[in-house]
Amino acid sequence: MAEKALKNRGSSATADVAGYRVPYRVFTDPDYYRREQENIFQGETWSFVALEAEVPEPGDFKSTFIGETPVIVTRGSDGKVHVVVNRCAHRGALVCREMRGNRPSLECVYHQWAYDLEGNLIGVPFRRGLKGQGGMPGDFDMKEHGLRKLRVDSVGGLVFASFSETVEPLRDFLGPIVIEHIERIMCKPIKVLGDQRQHVHGNWKLYAENTRDPYHASLLHLFHNTFGLYRSTQTGKSVMDANKRHSLLYSIAASNDDAADKQAYGDSRTFDTEFKLQDMSLLKGRQEFDDGVTLVILAVFPNLVLQQIQNTLAVRQTVTKGTDGFELVWTHFGYADDDVEMQAIRQKQANLIGPAGLVSMEDGEAVEIVQRAVIGEHDAASYIAMGGDRPDDADHLVTEGAIIGFWHNYEKLVGFGIAP
Amino acid sequence: MDLSTSERFRLQQLATELNATHAELIDDDRLEKWPDLFVPDCTYRVIARENHDRNLTLSAIFCDSKGMLVDRIISLRKANIFPVHSYRHILGPTRIVSAHEFKITTQTNYAVLMTRADGHTEIYNAGKYIDEIDCSEDQPLFISKVAVFDTNVIDTMMVRPI
Repeated sequence: MAEKALKNRGSSATADVAGYRVPYRVFTDPDYYRREQENIFQGETWSFVALEAEVPEPGDFKSTFIGETPVIVTRGSDGKVHVVVNRCAHRGALVCREMRGNRPSLECVYHQWAYDLEGNLIGVPFRRGLKGQGGMPGDFDMKEHGLRKLRVDSVGGLVFASFSETVEPLRDFLGPIVIEHIERIMCKPIKVLGDQRQHVHGNWKLYAENTRDPYHASLLHLFHNTFGLYRSTQTGKSVMDANKRHSLLYSIAASNDDAADKQAYGDSRTFDTEFKLQDMSLLKGRQEFDDGVTLVILAVFPNLVLQQIQNTLAVRQTVTKGTDGFELVWTHFGYADDDVEMQAIRQKQANLIGPAGLVSMEDGEAVEIVQRAVIGEHDAASYIAMGGDRPDDADHLVTEGAIIGFWHNYEKLVGFGIAP
Repeated sequence: MDLSTSERFRLQQLATELNATHAELIDDDRLEKWPDLFVPDCTYRVIARENHDRNLTLSAIFCDSKGMLVDRIISLRKANIFPVHSYRHILGPTRIVSAHEFKITTQTNYAVLMTRADGHTEIYNAGKYIDEIDCSEDQPLFISKVAVFDTNVIDTMMVRPI
């Protein structure tokens, strides 16, 4: 299969030196979706599953997904975070049916098989039968029938898990740039403020592109432009890790320049400085970081975005729901030592992001209009060339290099060729 | 506070009508009139039940002034890009939870159906309103309107008020 993939991809992916092309079938064909589950989400990668702050106490648990596979994140009695597949070792039922909570153990309701918080099987009803009848075979070994345990590691309170025994250690997978920027935001104890969930009727990779794409930001998201929160003329950078898996986009607001903006945008619909808010308190914030950076979109392959937009801090987790849908889970947080005013600022600025976000709501629509247009396409391909056809870093925001970086990794793991 | 039966009916009627007008202005896309149903220093909050139940305040939409309501609508008209759609609110009966002079607290179940450009209608958002209403003037006004929604997963996006 891999050989065939390599042969077939030439025409679609790399032959055109003037631009990078991605065949639209990868967004609609179930064969690709299956290979992604196997080779990406259950393959040689680390997926984000939770903030440690979501499971602070022993017994705390959270149900979530890696790709489409249900998993449970627990805080064990040993104080460590564990991740297991949410599927009973007996006959495959969900062991945990709640989103979150606290329990001394995990128990499947079907036949009451019980597991400790690390996933070890600790109880099987009627194991020795009843009145000498039935029961499990004599050589039944509880140790052999635990929940599937995943590798777990965390950086800065962000918990990642992997199905792979061979994937490089988490910190190597992330690389120094990603670690530096996780640790920049996760610089002190955090407090979870709540979740937002949205279902987008499009392929998850369209969102992976979207979050690696600074080119669209000032053109699609007009709220930012209108109020000077973000413009292409701002100082900003698009940077990747050595493997080009992950993307860091950031900008510094202090570099706003009205005259330069007028020159860049002219009268286009994307620029309107006449527009004034009735209540400016929405934009009231505080400089939290000495570096002056007000916008960070850190897209971590394959399923995480860590963001700072003004004073909104959040992780966004992608959960795949077939070829043409994904759920995006936003978990907002502040710092444990936020004063009352800071709490109010974060609550109000939450209006900017999420599914009802004045700034970010367009991304759902952007994904869906692509999905609706590429339905049924087999050979047609996108054309990605802004800033060049290579996965290069840029010290500006008029680039699509990080998108190409994502696809280079996709080629390695899944390939653009047709599955047999 | 005990209300006479006739006074309770009168207040309930006012609250029911205010909620019906609220729904009508949104459903008929007369959104510019919508902020006029609120007092100047109002609160308007649309919050997922999973957050509300945990006493977390993180909301999909949170406005603490009438000006912010106006800004939401201007943003919808001028800045935001979203699929073409309309809402249809189906309201349950409005119940007075408590009353203090002319300030009442009410609860009303709602369902919002969304119709997209392709002509399909779906249940978009279901929940309850928890309202504080000032009934002291001729025109009752929302002091606070909180929509707590059961539909924790928002379909694509939320641009119109609930």
